[in-house]
Amino acid sequence: MERTTYYDPKDLKKFGNISDWDAELGKAFFAYYGKVFEEGALTAREKSLIALAVAHTIQCPYCIDAYTEDTLAKGCDEEQMMEAIHVAAAIRGGSSLVHGTQMMNKFKELAM
Amino acid sequence: MKTTKSLHAQHHKLADNDYQLKVLETHEVATADFEKFEDKLKQIHLFPFKPVKTEIFQVNVGYMCNQTCSHCHVDAGPDRKEIMTRETMQLCLEALATTDITTVDLTGGAPEMNPDFRWFVEEISKLGRKTMVRCNLTIIMANKKYHDLPEFFAQHKVEVISSLPFYNKSRTDAQRGDGVFEDSIAALKKLNAVGYGREGSGLILNLVYNPSGAFLPGSQIILENQFKKELKRLYDIEFNSLFCITNMPISRFLDYLIESGNYESYMQKLIEAFNPVAAENVMCRNTISIGWDGNIYDCDFNQMLGLKVNGGAPNHIKDWDLDKLNSRDIVLNQHCYGCTAGSGSSCGGSVA
Ligand code: SF4
Ligand code: SF4
Repeated sequence: MERTTYYDPKDLKKFGNISDWDAELGKAFFAYYGKVFEEGALTAREKSLIALAVAHTIQCPYCIDAYTEDTLAKGCDEEQMMEAIHVAAAIRGGSSLVHGTQMMNKFKELAM
Repeated sequence: MKTTKSLHAQHHKLADNDYQLKVLETHEVATADFEKFEDKLKQIHLFPFKPVKTEIFQVNVGYMCNQTCSHCHVDAGPDRKEIMTRETMQLCLEALATTDITTVDLTGGAPEMNPDFRWFVEEISKLGRKTMVRCNLTIIMANKKYHDLPEFFAQHKVEVISSLPFYNKSRTDAQRGDGVFEDSIAALKKLNAVGYGREGSGLILNLVYNPSGAFLPGSQIILENQFKKELKRLYDIEFNSLFCITNMPISRFLDYLIESGNYESYMQKLIEAFNPVAAENVMCRNTISIGWDGNIYDCDFNQMLGLKVNGGAPNHIKDWDLDKLNSRDIVLNQHCYGCTAGSGSSCGGSVA
């Protein structure tokens, strides 16, 4: 079948298939992944919100779908989810702006 | 604005049981082939599906309700007139008296709207059985005649089980209707005031969480901790346990699934999350459900699909025979996946 799009929601379900071509690394990755999201010093819910924010930073449509559903299932509401994304946006925006200091340094170095 | 009419009153296609079964069993709205629930049970050697000991006698005393929640599997609402009569209640009491079933679970609609509700609870108390009531909370605030329900419940040591989809207004009202959150909080405060949910009172107040949308509930224990913390912090409200219930793909939730384009993916989610341990513990194995008209069902969901008990067991309360009921085959269909997904779901929450 001809592919008409780079991202297909159905592909998310095939995530596990990455192990088909390298079982050892695939297995190790999913074991690690599972462990990361367990309750720990941070709750599973807090981790899910972090994942949602990161998903927006890396702009991964699979992760956005997966962690929208996961945060919902873990009892987050739309306010909390949007706040998490603003954290991502603030850090992203801030990280561009803070480099402005580098521009200013260089400017001062070069300009009269 | 949300509709406040039941599917029944709208003469909606899904108000027809046969049509609901057609949706569940055929390609009426889905293109995917869903494995038969029965076949899943065969694979784990649980078919034919048999009850274990019947411990809970669940009675649906009528479909009338002051609310019209969008996920309601009963299609309850103010316009529903199906109500259990005192005569049928009497038959239930007589049946119950012949058994050692310890618990009666009263449900509806809003069971308190049945004019014989209090009489029924008193008679169950006289038989020495424990009563649980599925109270929607807002009924307590709905009319002066219901304001003293908390005291009445306390007097008969009724266990109160109440839905609260979330501890904030937007998620709650989206599912249960405008203003429901505030009335629910007010009712919970009244229940707490007579001792419900307070440590050492012996009065049990359990809350029910079900997702407001086409997703499965998360871990019950995690959500319970969060509800406890937030309800205490925000409103000084206490309760005993939180039951997580999966929305069943029937009636109004089925309508929502179809209308929102989520039906197929939701069924797939339920099927992918099939859990054999949950299957072993589903509630129809220890519960029997009596309809407002005295018909007998394996569970309240089968009741709403018109699937009466079969396998030679009597299917009306006037012919009650617990031995025969205990050896029946449970009637199954595709909606049963709602009970076996993830940690499972029953009227008492997760089962695995
Ligand atoms: S879910 Fe409960 S409160 Fe809501 S309409 Fe149905 S019976 Fe009434
Ligand atoms: S829907 Fe009813 S019959 Fe089916 S598994 Fe659940 S409780 Fe049992």
